[in-house]
Amino acid sequence: MITVEHLTLSLGSRTVLRNISFTLECGRVVAIIGPNGAGKTSLIRALAGLIPAQSGRILLNDQPIDAISRTERARRIGYLPQDGEPAWNVSAFELAALGRLPHRSRFSAPSNDDDDAVFAALASTDTTRFAGRPIGTLSGGERARVKMARVLAGDPDWILADEPLANLDPPHQRDMLALLGSAAKTGKGAIAVLHQLDAAAQADDVLILKEGALIACGPAREVLTPNHLEAAFDMRFEIIQQAGRIIILPEA
Amino acid sequence: MKKLLILLTILAFLMSLMAGKVWIAPTDWFSDSANGWIMAELRLPRAILGLAIGAVLGLSGAVLQGYLRNPLADPTVVGVSSSAALGGVTAIFLGLTAYPLGLFACAMLGAALAMLLLAAMAGRSGGPLGFILAGMVLSTLAGSLTAFLISIAPNPFAASEIIAWLMGALTDRGMDDVIHALPFMAAGGAILLGTGRALDALTLGEDAARSLGFNPARERWMIVAGVGLAVGASVAVSGVVGFVGLIVPHFIRSMIGERPSSILFPSALGGAILTLTADSLVRLAPGVGEVRLGIAMAVLGAPFFFLLLTRIRMKAT
Repeated sequence: MITVEHLTLSLGSRTVLRNISFTLECGRVVAIIGPNGAGKTSLIRALAGLIPAQSGRILLNDQPIDAISRTERARRIGYLPQDGEPAWNVSAFELAALGRLPHRSRFSAPSNDDDDAVFAALASTDTTRFAGRPIGTLSGGERARVKMARVLAGDPDWILADEPLANLDPPHQRDMLALLGSAAKTGKGAIAVLHQLDAAAQADDVLILKEGALIACGPAREVLTPNHLEAAFDMRFEIIQQAGRIIILPEA
Repeated sequence: MKKLLILLTILAFLMSLMAGKVWIAPTDWFSDSANGWIMAELRLPRAILGLAIGAVLGLSGAVLQGYLRNPLADPTVVGVSSSAALGGVTAIFLGLTAYPLGLFACAMLGAALAMLLLAAMAGRSGGPLGFILAGMVLSTLAGSLTAFLISIAPNPFAASEIIAWLMGALTDRGMDDVIHALPFMAAGGAILLGTGRALDALTLGEDAARSLGFNPARERWMIVAGVGLAVGASVAVSGVVGFVGLIVPHFIRSMIGERPSSILFPSALGGAILTLTADSLVRLAPGVGEVRLGIAMAVLGAPFFFLLLTRIRMKAT
């Protein structure tokens, strides 16, 4: 469980999150949505323990996140940054294997368990056949999936992904969402910043941000209302609930 | 591949012992003759220094390129080499070379000062860019001060002594130099080898590395300390030998792959091979004097580097 209490966050002189409080449960897929500059990336970086809070606090299972050791935090939270092409042309396997670093001591070689976890992660992201290929020879979408495999290889309790669907074609967007869903089924928490509202509608919970403030947080069905979306995006949306699915259309 | 590099390092070391104006066959190495004396007093320390200097330069280059995620980085960009050189030049200028440890201590002091200034300028959270800029400022400053000292040298001999030392060479180094420099190089090298996993994590950027449990700021000071100790000591005994730190990691990457930690030890071996071979060649070159090692390295290194770049570009297209 992640509990955020009265979190305020500044980057330099700019306040990016203002007095935000919410609770997220394990075993669910949570979508963070909001317009550009709403503070989505700042929030997910704060949840990953990468930027300290100005005031308020973030608790991971009732433990303040900055009180957890770096290694322990790295084992429990897998963070997938938005940008960042790999600096070196390593193989897909080597890239995914970086996810095992928190599980290895300073000079030890990777164990069989490490290799197994990496192969399982590559398999789950449908990238096994690229394992030996240099990352530079893969397409943007293939690379994005290998980067996700890196996060999964670490077997974290929480997956925090910043725009995991960017660069993916529709079938692989679907697969990526399914991947987050199946991770949630095994009891992990999956939190993703998403831009596509339709994708967010498939999440269990949705959190809406605007200008650093929380507009709503809760089950997708309750949060994705025309009023909330208008408050966030300053435009009207039509919401159709059909056969258990939520379809969101910009109002003509 | 590693075994091949180790074998080549041993061969280069043995060749460095034998090659020179006087060839010394292995049978003569321990003999009680002039050749035996040359071996013990000149060749052996020179070969050990060539091995160690080349290794730390190759290793430092690989670590800095990995940390800065920039294939153009080498020990000279962080300003440690030029600051150590400034320290050495100051020692020559002030006539401190008359004391046994004068030049060495001054050069190490220069390197230490450079590390402290880097720490002050790059700050705690400055990323790679701040680090490179601080290093460039430091490097330019030290270069200018060195030029200033040359310009006000009391006599032409002092000036030419300074210039000769700056060009980098392993000529006439003795066991004393080995004993002074080796501990610093070993300590620096060990620190640098320990950064491998963090460099791997940095492949995905600083945020990802931090989320994997690493502290880039801490790693940066490890790297500054490691490069300062190792390269500072190497400059103190040999002057500035360029190109090794720049070229070797590229060559190793093209042979064994690009994962930063996997190229560290091989880059050390590659640096040793290159330096030992170049130093053997300058001794074998005809003529009364010797071409300075630093110059020979640049002359050999530049075309080689161009060749490598074209190959990399051809592979990319």
